[in-house]
Amino acid sequence: MTGSLQSAPGPFFGEFGGRFVPEALMPALEELTDAYDKARVDPAFFAELDRLARDYTGRPSIITEVPRFAEHAGGARIFLKREDLNHSGSHKINNVLGQALLTKRIGKSRVIAETGAGQHGVATATAAALMDLECIIYMGEEDTERQALNVARMRLLGAEVIPVATGTRTLRDAINEAFRDWVANVDTTNYVFGTAAGPHPFPAMVRDFQRVISVESREQMLAQGGLPDAVLACVGGGSNAIGSFDAYLDDDNVRLIGCEAAGDGVDTDRHAATLTAGRTGVLHGSRSFILQDEEGQTQDSHSISAGLDYPGVGPEHSWLASIGRAEYWPVTDTEAMEAFRLLCRTEGILPAIESSHALAGALTLGKELGPEATLLVTLSGRGDKDVEQAARWFDMLPGEDA
Amino acid sequence: MSALTERLDEIRAEGRAALIGYLPVGYPDVSTSIAAMRVLVEAGCDVVEVGPPYSDPVLDGPVIQHAAATALRQGVRVDDTFTAVNAVAEAGAVPVVMSYCNLMIQRGYERFARELREAGGAGVITPDLTPDTGADWIDAARKQDIDTIFLAAPSTTRERMHLTVEASRGFVYATSLMGVTGERASVGDAAQHVVAAAREAGAERVCVGLGVSTGAQAADVATYADGVIVGSAFVKAMGDGGDLDALAVKVQELAAGVRGVV
Repeated sequence: MTGSLQSAPGPFFGEFGGRFVPEALMPALEELTDAYDKARVDPAFFAELDRLARDYTGRPSIITEVPRFAEHAGGARIFLKREDLNHSGSHKINNVLGQALLTKRIGKSRVIAETGAGQHGVATATAAALMDLECIIYMGEEDTERQALNVARMRLLGAEVIPVATGTRTLRDAINEAFRDWVANVDTTNYVFGTAAGPHPFPAMVRDFQRVISVESREQMLAQGGLPDAVLACVGGGSNAIGSFDAYLDDDNVRLIGCEAAGDGVDTDRHAATLTAGRTGVLHGSRSFILQDEEGQTQDSHSISAGLDYPGVGPEHSWLASIGRAEYWPVTDTEAMEAFRLLCRTEGILPAIESSHALAGALTLGKELGPEATLLVTLSGRGDKDVEQAARWFDMLPGEDA
Repeated sequence: MSALTERLDEIRAEGRAALIGYLPVGYPDVSTSIAAMRVLVEAGCDVVEVGPPYSDPVLDGPVIQHAAATALRQGVRVDDTFTAVNAVAEAGAVPVVMSYCNLMIQRGYERFARELREAGGAGVITPDLTPDTGADWIDAARKQDIDTIFLAAPSTTRERMHLTVEASRGFVYATSLMGVTGERASVGDAAQHVVAAAREAGAERVCVGLGVSTGAQAADVATYADGVIVGSAFVKAMGDGGDLDALAVKVQELAAGVRGVV
């Protein structure tokens, strides 16, 4: 036993992580690391963050047992950690409030962010409005089309949304464009990174801000009678998953399962299952698993879920996979959408399509483990933004009757 | 003394700055891009930066992004980079490579350095690898006598400038501004400050890149730098049609610039 796995500080997690960025950004990353290191030991910083979590986000988020859904999962007990009930609709607000407070501390007045599904963009626009920061959101053009509602939400909140038309027109290109903005405007601008990936300090810092999910849920599960047999969360970049796992990392009897987007299937070339089908490389500032060809060109990813449609993954997940502490399961579009529909119909809860990947994982695991098992699933976001896409998937839009 | 430093010192002895031209391999197609690199040499570039296209070029502006995407769509391979390096060497200029690090990592730093040496290349510029994250690369490059050319930016602190100068061989690549590659209306004062800071930290040769696109800008930069690096302006001159005559005219303009003839 070599001590706790929790809250690993970075910059490296095993061989993963680091800071592979242009020199122009290194001073800003050092400044941010320095500011965060000071903030994390400053009681005033966390007091303010706790106050916002309570009075603004609505924390602690509840856990909900879902017995009618669980009937379809081999009768296992299933609890949901309800990050969907947070103000602005997902776990993303936890991270954004922390980074926005830090932005104020380092005296910058403008924030930029990338977004895939729009959840992180909405959360950033929300925090920027709250804290009077100028806010620019980069979003792949394809994502602005499939998540039009979130684009409107960001604009209503006062953010400028810039559709990115280069490359694959998705999250990966939005990150590229945000980095380009940051290089040019680093004097005034802080990059509010949305997931536990990218260069140090983002993977560790975002994990710390999301850790509240597992700190709360661990206490809540203990109050229910004991720790769960497994914790499941969806993984794109991996921020809700790492936040859902961290407080359980030293509980050896709790399985940690990240559900990746397998799109049309990992045996096709249309998926985003980075840990299942990728290999080590450098993308967006850190060394981690990535989907790439043999020469190192990033491959196009696919998922029905814009938030998971990313060919990289946070470095701490690559590390947890490499040491066998967490498992990563591929979940196809079809499996995720079936879980989506099932939760709607059995429990009256409309999940985000991202989170539905974790629900699908729970259906599989419950059948494997049977009625004695207790599973905790992080419901990372609500599905309001996905209504049109889901209705199209299930042929429920008016005028589409066969 | 590497081929690169030797050439830069000869040029300094001529009382002028070097012209360093960048082109991505495979734009608009592999054979035209290699022909274009020969044109760079014939029209007055002393050093040619050969750029293997990468799918996620975060330090490049729209012109080079477009060229890289075009080349990748056409199926350009990293092997083509070494072919281009060889062609540049045969044409009589010093070839260096400018590559994002994942392409080098996937090939293996040692193999990348060895193949570059075998093709006649002198060094590698690494836009997303700094000395502190590039220790493995520096080791591999030293073994093959390949120059490690790191970037310094207007934001680079005094401490980091020492680190950068210490780890750089060949020259230090001073970025003239905070931003991505591409033409700018003016180069600005920042470049001169970065060059001065690099020299103060002990750099013997400092070349300036980002934003230089005209003979007049080159002439200005040539008054304080050892070399002037031009990329987007050459890519743009050549265009999707691969217009080598237009490219030659642009190179001649910049070559006159580094000689103070505007």
